Amino acid sequence: MFAYILRRLLYAIPILIGVNLLTFALFFVVNTPDDMARLQLGVKHVTPEAIERWKTEHGYDKPLLLNVEATGSAQFTDTIFFQHSAAMFVFEFGKSDDGRDIGNEIRTRMGPSLAIALPVFAIGLLANITFALLMVFFRATYLDLWGVVLCVVLMSISSLFYIIAGQYFIAKLWNLLPISGFAGGIDGLRFVLLPVLVSVMAGIGSGARWYRTIFLEEIGKDYVRTARAKGLSEIRVLFRHVLKNGMIPILTGAVVVLPLLFMGSLITESFFGIPGLGSYTIDAIQAQDFAVVRAMVFLGSFLYIVGLILTDISYSWADPRVRLQ
Amino acid sequence: MGRIGTILLGTGLLGLGLMAGCSDSWNDPYPGSDTSASVLYSAFSERPKHLDPARSYSSNEVEFTGQIYEPPLQYHFLKRPYTLIPLTAETVPKPRYVDASGNALPDDAPSAAIAESVYEIRIRPGIRYQPHPAFARDATGRYRYHALTAADAAKKTRIQDFEHSGTRELVAADYVYQIKRLANPRLSSPIFGLMAEHIVGLKALGAALEKAAQSRPGAALNLDDFVLEGAQVVDRYTYRIRVKGKYPQFIYWLAMPFFAPIPWEADAFYAQPGLAEGNLTIDWQPVGTGPYYLAENDPNRRMVLKRNPYYHGETYPVEGSDEDRQAGLLADAGKRLPLVDEAVFSLEKETIPYWSKFLQGYYDSSGISSDSFDQAVKFSAGGDPQLTDSMRAKGIGLVTTVAASLWYVGFNMLDPVVGGLGEDRRKLRQALSIAFDYDEFISIFLNGRGIPAQGPIPPGLFGYVEGVAGLNPYVYEARDGKIARRPIEAARRLLAEAGYPNGRNAKTGEPLVLYFDTMASGPDAKSRLDWMKKQLDKLNVQLVVRGTDYNRFQDKIRKGNAQLFEWGWNADYPDPENFFFLLYGPHKKVGSGGENAANYDNPEFDRLFERMKDMDNGPARQQVIDAMLDVVRRDAPWIFAYHPKAFGLRHGWVHNVKPNLMANNTLKYRRIDAAAREARRAEWNRPVLWPLFLLAAALAAVIAPALIAWRRHERKTA
Repeated sequence: MFAYILRRLLYAIPILIGVNLLTFALFFVVNTPDDMARLQLGVKHVTPEAIERWKTEHGYDKPLLLNVEATGSAQFTDTIFFQHSAAMFVFEFGKSDDGRDIGNEIRTRMGPSLAIALPVFAIGLLANITFALLMVFFRATYLDLWGVVLCVVLMSISSLFYIIAGQYFIAKLWNLLPISGFAGGIDGLRFVLLPVLVSVMAGIGSGARWYRTIFLEEIGKDYVRTARAKGLSEIRVLFRHVLKNGMIPILTGAVVVLPLLFMGSLITESFFGIPGLGSYTIDAIQAQDFAVVRAMVFLGSFLYIVGLILTDISYSWADPRVRLQ
Repeated sequence: MGRIGTILLGTGLLGLGLMAGCSDSWNDPYPGSDTSASVLYSAFSERPKHLDPARSYSSNEVEFTGQIYEPPLQYHFLKRPYTLIPLTAETVPKPRYVDASGNALPDDAPSAAIAESVYEIRIRPGIRYQPHPAFARDATGRYRYHALTAADAAKKTRIQDFEHSGTRELVAADYVYQIKRLANPRLSSPIFGLMAEHIVGLKALGAALEKAAQSRPGAALNLDDFVLEGAQVVDRYTYRIRVKGKYPQFIYWLAMPFFAPIPWEADAFYAQPGLAEGNLTIDWQPVGTGPYYLAENDPNRRMVLKRNPYYHGETYPVEGSDEDRQAGLLADAGKRLPLVDEAVFSLEKETIPYWSKFLQGYYDSSGISSDSFDQAVKFSAGGDPQLTDSMRAKGIGLVTTVAASLWYVGFNMLDPVVGGLGEDRRKLRQALSIAFDYDEFISIFLNGRGIPAQGPIPPGLFGYVEGVAGLNPYVYEARDGKIARRPIEAARRLLAEAGYPNGRNAKTGEPLVLYFDTMASGPDAKSRLDWMKKQLDKLNVQLVVRGTDYNRFQDKIRKGNAQLFEWGWNADYPDPENFFFLLYGPHKKVGSGGENAANYDNPEFDRLFERMKDMDNGPARQQVIDAMLDVVRRDAPWIFAYHPKAFGLRHGWVHNVKPNLMANNTLKYRRIDAAAREARRAEWNRPVLWPLFLLAAALAAVIAPALIAWRRHERKTA
């Protein structure tokens, strides 16, 4: 398995270079270093000399991808792409265009993102599976029918609506929780409850319906009939046998997103004032801060690759027939 | 099931108990805070990029730097028109003029004879910096933290991580040091280019520093090794600034944080390797002499300003108008500042939570977004804005003021269709100025929050003339003693005289098609852009909207590729020069990269501008301004759209609120009645529990039949 993981990690290098190159190309199609300088320096009293100074100071005065004036390897290394990308492969993200240390920001913001994302993931998964199994338990009854209807209704509503409705009713009208904000430690509990509740609610419709489909497929199989014939209760059949055999598709969806939980949620963090990595990314895009955008895309890609490797590993854990070679 | 139910019930009760135990209000976003303390609660929607006074310029940055740093001058809090008064300076300096040989000139010397204006500024002794580790010394007098090892620095992530702090007296050299910093290429000060044109030797210093920076990449620049001819220390408390020629507006720059002092110790402290990796930089952790210091800097969540224990003890102004006295703005006259001990600014990106928290009493003041405007404000029969009954019931107060800003639609004067100074083009622009009914725009899109502009100068600045006497006669006329827009027939007539009868070219018969470049896009902008098209439909002129992103739009303006465009300007200082310079020929965007986005170039206007900018306020200056207004109104290089009107709300427990569009250090005047706030918060935020019981009942109603069905099913299978 170690060799397999090592091989997958080596495969990741060209993928990450490609992602980096694509991000670079897309960013600089829309923005020029002059645009970035203007945004940092403001719109008033900015002279062409000031723009040139900013570019020199931040290393954006070099050619983008190929330095034809340089010789040898410097043709590739003395470029904006190389100077701003090479260090990322050892997780040195450098400074943002406004001078902050990106690595420090990522470390600081990871906690708040996880404070929301982890409970949403865990509670959401639990709630979705439980709700799905209950619908399967009551399959072909009015409870199953109305459960599916409820799921369709829940998944048809925009997540923004859940946020606004949650804030309006729970925080504003009934004064039960703070409408937004964040705090560390035990004080943080009151701030995470509402975003977690809202996010779980927003995801339960699609999640439960998807798991119900998986479990319904399993429930018709021979081993289930055998388990029932052995005299096992329906609850035991569902939670012991059906759930375990339905794990592969569940793991495909769940494990792959595990590392991405670090990246946070763009909308939820913004509306609830959570100082996580989701809002960091969206702020950087708005501020045309290439250094941060590039770092976050790189980190996201890396974590996604890690997620895929973890998914493969989880397959072999969930199903002993799967061997990683 | 019973065990699970017990766990759930226990968890729920624990959670409720935790919330209730922390505060009387479950929705209190400030857990653990002392509700009876004199703390002001506010919010910011965008985290500041720079807190270094050489770099910060945006309003969201100056909101903090204005309270921490002290330039030599400030604006009087209450007096109108805006008046400069000393802050750390002993007096407001009067420039001394000298000719090219260095001989003194009289105050009324002609501008052409003046080679330099010399400002000598004496600061008050005894002013001290906030506590900071950069000043901390050991028993032998050596700086404790100026020789940190990389390992030591790596352990520090907050200023509070340094055990010791110190202070020192403010000296004139700190001001000179900061002026030198404006030229430091590593700081990219936004006003370096502008100031290099005015301060003697600043441009040369910039070049020398740039050379040094390139020869020693990564190494800190010691500014004391470089001489700035135009800023020199005279004695411990006096420094001198030499400005090229006559530039009376320079005095206003001395009231901005760009000219606030920076102690060399701060630069030396933060330049140590390892600190920047923990975001410990002067751009992030300011060191000032102001009434507050930045005690907590987590711009991803909140920023906290606390009273500077070494503050020099300025007092609340004792002078004000009768209106100020009646409004209670002189109730604290003579009291030591600041009146609030702490100010907590929370990051609030979205307007809905901001507004809701304001209504719950968790923010002391708020702006009014379009979404909540109808909830907060109604207009009387006379058109005056008033608070709605629900706002009044909460004791909320409304504060309105016309911003020192202008929005306009610019014509590119280099454009072959709408540009140029020919009579036909002038009439075309005048016709379009009448057609764009900005009175209607203000009513529809701004909820009445604006006043139609009659020229470039906003109200409150010298040169602005109130009422009918100040109307733009090419667009408006006086009717029954009131200002009224000229009828559309007048625009049609002008259009015909311009060679486009009924919107068609008189020679070719082709319809007149104009192009409007804008950054506005999306559903919100669509209605506004449709409105613009509708305005020109009245003249049978077609308007094609060319939407683009911010970068491309800027690029088009810079290259002169736009035809019509929307633009705005906020005053840097209260002088008409700050608006008229936007139309000064040598400042054209195309060719010189200046701020004249319309590329307007009228020698008559330029001559008047050159006279006006150096004059003192008075009847003679007003006369020149009137002549300039007449020229720009006739030439109409801009459609003068509107001056926005700012509406703000404050709770009844917030005192000493008077909009001051020039001052950025007004936090020190605010007073909070914390007891009243605590009482109202408790009253407004009682938790409503019935929904929880209803939810429990609903869950039981759903679960019970399911449980029954399950049992029946189990029994059947058994």
